[in-house]
Amino acid sequence: MNAHQERVNLIFEKIDTLGLMEKVMKLGNDKILEYIKESGLKGRGGAGFPTYLKWKLAADQKSDMKYVICNADEGEPGTFKDRKILEEQADKVFTGMAICAKVIGAPEGYVYLRGEYNYLVPLLTTKMNTFNEEMQKLGLNFTLYLRSGSGAYICGEETALIESMEGYRGEARNKPPYPVEKGYLGKPTVINNVETLVYCAMIVLNEGGKFKTFGTEISAGSKVFSVSGDADVEGIYELELGMTIQEFVDLFGDGDTKAVQVGGASGFCVPRKKFKETIIGFEGVPTGGSMMLFNSTRSMYHILMNYMEFMQEESCGQCTPCRVGCQQLVKGIQAIKHKKRPASYLDDLVKLAKTMRVASKCGLGQSVANPFISIVENFREEIIY
Amino acid sequence: MIYVTIDGTPVSVPENTTILDAAKLLGVHIPTLCHHEDLCVAGNCRVCMVEVKGSRTLQASCATPVSDGMEIYTNSRLVRTARKHVIELLLSEHRGDCLRCYRNGNCELQALANEYRIDQGIFIDLHKEDQVDISSPAIQKDDSKCIRCQRCVRACTELQSVGALCVAHKGADMRITTFWDKALAYVVCTNCGQCVTHCPTGALTERNYVEDVWDAIYDPTKHVVVQTAPAIRVSIGEEVGMEPGQRVTKKLVTALRRLGFNSVLDTDFTADLTIVEEGNELLHRLTKAIRDKEDVALPMITSCSPGWIKYIEHEFSNHLDHLSTCKSPQQMFGPLAKTYYAEKIGVDPKDMVVVSIMPCTAKKFEAARPEMMASGLRDVDYVLTTRELGLMIRQAGIDFTKLEDGDYDSILGTSTGAGAIFGATGGVMEAALRTAYELVTGREIPFENLNVKPVRGLAGVKEATLKIEGTLEKYKFLEGVELRVAIGHGLANARKIMKQLERGESPYHFIEIMACPGGCVGGGGQPIPTTDEIRMKRANAIYDEDEKMQYRKSHENPEIIAVYENFLKEPLGHKSHELLHTTYVKREKN
Repeated sequence: MNAHQERVNLIFEKIDTLGLMEKVMKLGNDKILEYIKESGLKGRGGAGFPTYLKWKLAADQKSDMKYVICNADEGEPGTFKDRKILEEQADKVFTGMAICAKVIGAPEGYVYLRGEYNYLVPLLTTKMNTFNEEMQKLGLNFTLYLRSGSGAYICGEETALIESMEGYRGEARNKPPYPVEKGYLGKPTVINNVETLVYCAMIVLNEGGKFKTFGTEISAGSKVFSVSGDADVEGIYELELGMTIQEFVDLFGDGDTKAVQVGGASGFCVPRKKFKETIIGFEGVPTGGSMMLFNSTRSMYHILMNYMEFMQEESCGQCTPCRVGCQQLVKGIQAIKHKKRPASYLDDLVKLAKTMRVASKCGLGQSVANPFISIVENFREEIIY
Repeated sequence: MIYVTIDGTPVSVPENTTILDAAKLLGVHIPTLCHHEDLCVAGNCRVCMVEVKGSRTLQASCATPVSDGMEIYTNSRLVRTARKHVIELLLSEHRGDCLRCYRNGNCELQALANEYRIDQGIFIDLHKEDQVDISSPAIQKDDSKCIRCQRCVRACTELQSVGALCVAHKGADMRITTFWDKALAYVVCTNCGQCVTHCPTGALTERNYVEDVWDAIYDPTKHVVVQTAPAIRVSIGEEVGMEPGQRVTKKLVTALRRLGFNSVLDTDFTADLTIVEEGNELLHRLTKAIRDKEDVALPMITSCSPGWIKYIEHEFSNHLDHLSTCKSPQQMFGPLAKTYYAEKIGVDPKDMVVVSIMPCTAKKFEAARPEMMASGLRDVDYVLTTRELGLMIRQAGIDFTKLEDGDYDSILGTSTGAGAIFGATGGVMEAALRTAYELVTGREIPFENLNVKPVRGLAGVKEATLKIEGTLEKYKFLEGVELRVAIGHGLANARKIMKQLERGESPYHFIEIMACPGGCVGGGGQPIPTTDEIRMKRANAIYDEDEKMQYRKSHENPEIIAVYENFLKEPLGHKSHELLHTTYVKREKN
């Protein structure tokens, strides 16, 4: 353990959630929004949209119905933090939702739980029932419900998540309109991920202050990382944003780390030579929290194939660049490896990945280029030979 | 108004206009594939993407509304590169043996590849050899040509509210299939063919029987009779390169004779016959209900559209008694041809082959229904769509536009304007009202020039009320009765009408339903593309045809009068019952 690991303890800190909600009930919505704005919190799902703005946009919508949804469809390869947060701090997640509900005026909230986490259903249901009763006693018109996903990676994408909740096939919608305008059942909806909601609760508890003392100007605050791979101390850690990969590897690596995959299968691969210059945060490599370390015994070809096959399978298949593009990337690198296509074909595939980045309908297809390009460009020889 | 610039040119458009439509105003063509004006926005093929200044990604122009000050670039380097990539990706997944494809020359993917000159694919061929589903007598499905644009799914689900086709699986395995992956013949498919007319490639087509018909024509022992549906004469022109909405009835007749058909006859004749039978059936039901206070099924609903029939058999099978028992004009023609007509011309019915040219794919299924053997043989042997007839005409090397005029053969070839308007939504209703009103009052229907305007047009559900006054003695009980009618076209509208009936709230006496949007002019066997603009052009041509006819009321058709005198004796009589009326079956809902 070291300084970086010890400084932050917001996510798993035991707090009096009921006491917090009593306090929240007395606060004006503008004040709450101000706290969140001041904190500089950006969505912890990976996209990094300012949380304050999302809430504000939803609050400004005139509608007879609004919803808050907690995105607990944690599906990114290499992340397992939301599971632990839900196991240990469900009340804080619910509190974050209730705060959001108060601010935007939503009488209903849903936790959309990853299908693989269904073992949590009894625990969460019990806690949810208690929480609902408490909210009623406080006079907050807000009820929480639990929804189970069916295990499709795409359903972590917010509009696909909504489609799934409405009983349709998990496919991303066209944006605009955004969920804050037309979300679940066509009504204004805020979708935040588990971690974001907990931070919202902590920010309001600390009146905006403490969170901002962590991190950098662009990447304020801390976040929870799931550390896996060739790490001495794999597990879940809450760290400040803004550290370099080198600092991260110093904490968790085994001395033989040749690359770090930041953000899972939709994230970036950082090679050793770029450890010092790469910042973990929105000014460098943004991440939903998955951190995979690879040492020199690992084949980057197999790692790339693993990610691409995952994407090929988890693409919903509705849009051309993602559905066919993923297949071409998989088949393409195999063909190069087996000498069925020249090494220069890799350049064509990089161009294709760049098209996928701008042409795909949703974040899934757009992010396939991240692992592909970052691995291919940094480990070209390993891919070809 | 929203102000934007497209490729540097300013344009102002109403709020909620898509980038695609805004570009159209400027005459800027943006290619599309998954987009179809009949269907909801999808934005999934990505062919229509454009660059919007300040946006991190390209935007699907069909799915993106303009916003104030937007700077749009439809032909930047980034757009062109991405678009070419997307087209190549689609081609890599598509079985590209265009030369052997039924849709060769009328394929939107092929046209795009041509436009972007994709002459050598850089990507790896991914297409999967799939078994072609030929379980249905009407529709054929070949997944290896499917580009997963979901136009068929949207047509089936949204336009028709049938939902026989759906998307299944994800990623590389994602494909268009049916409930439990059953073959088309074993699902709720109504055979309407709207999936076919909305498919941009050859993945969904009608079952093609052109070679069988050629075989019959070439067989000297066979007497091949052809009948042409009302909507064909205003749409076949499109198949041979003419503008939509051209009336080409007389050239059509000549073309059919040139193709080698032995008798060229007209389904319009049996459309008239349908009106006489169905009009009498309606009056019979009204008599029982109003005069005799008996419990009979009202409203009565038309039964001409086989897509609609299969739909109600699946979806509302508790209400089959509302259907008129009259066969459709096609199926009235078959048994009459193989009995009455065969006898008149001295041909053994066993040597007669009846071919019909229909705007419809469901007619292929209808002809194959086991009960359709009233003549003792299969009443209608082959059904060809407008598209298949177009193919035969082109194969025969006939220059259609230069053909001289021809007239239908007699006995089953004379028709009226009332028969002709069967081709458009509301047509059966209008034709029936012309006859029923006159039967009841002895006077012509009180609309200017017989044109019952309220039942025309493309509104989803149309209603009209007709007050019956000055009745003849026999129909005194109808004096002052307000006859309420409704017309629905497209099965989504049929569903609305049936839901109302199911709730016991249907205020109507008589309802016309056609499975396809626009009625037969928009049928699943019609030329591709079909859009609302084209449906209207074809419909207008049909009404034009009606106005130019010598007879405009079915019961005045001299051949109809003759067929009753010489053969059928009376409407709803014994012979009619045997040959012209039918029954329906309950079908599963999945």
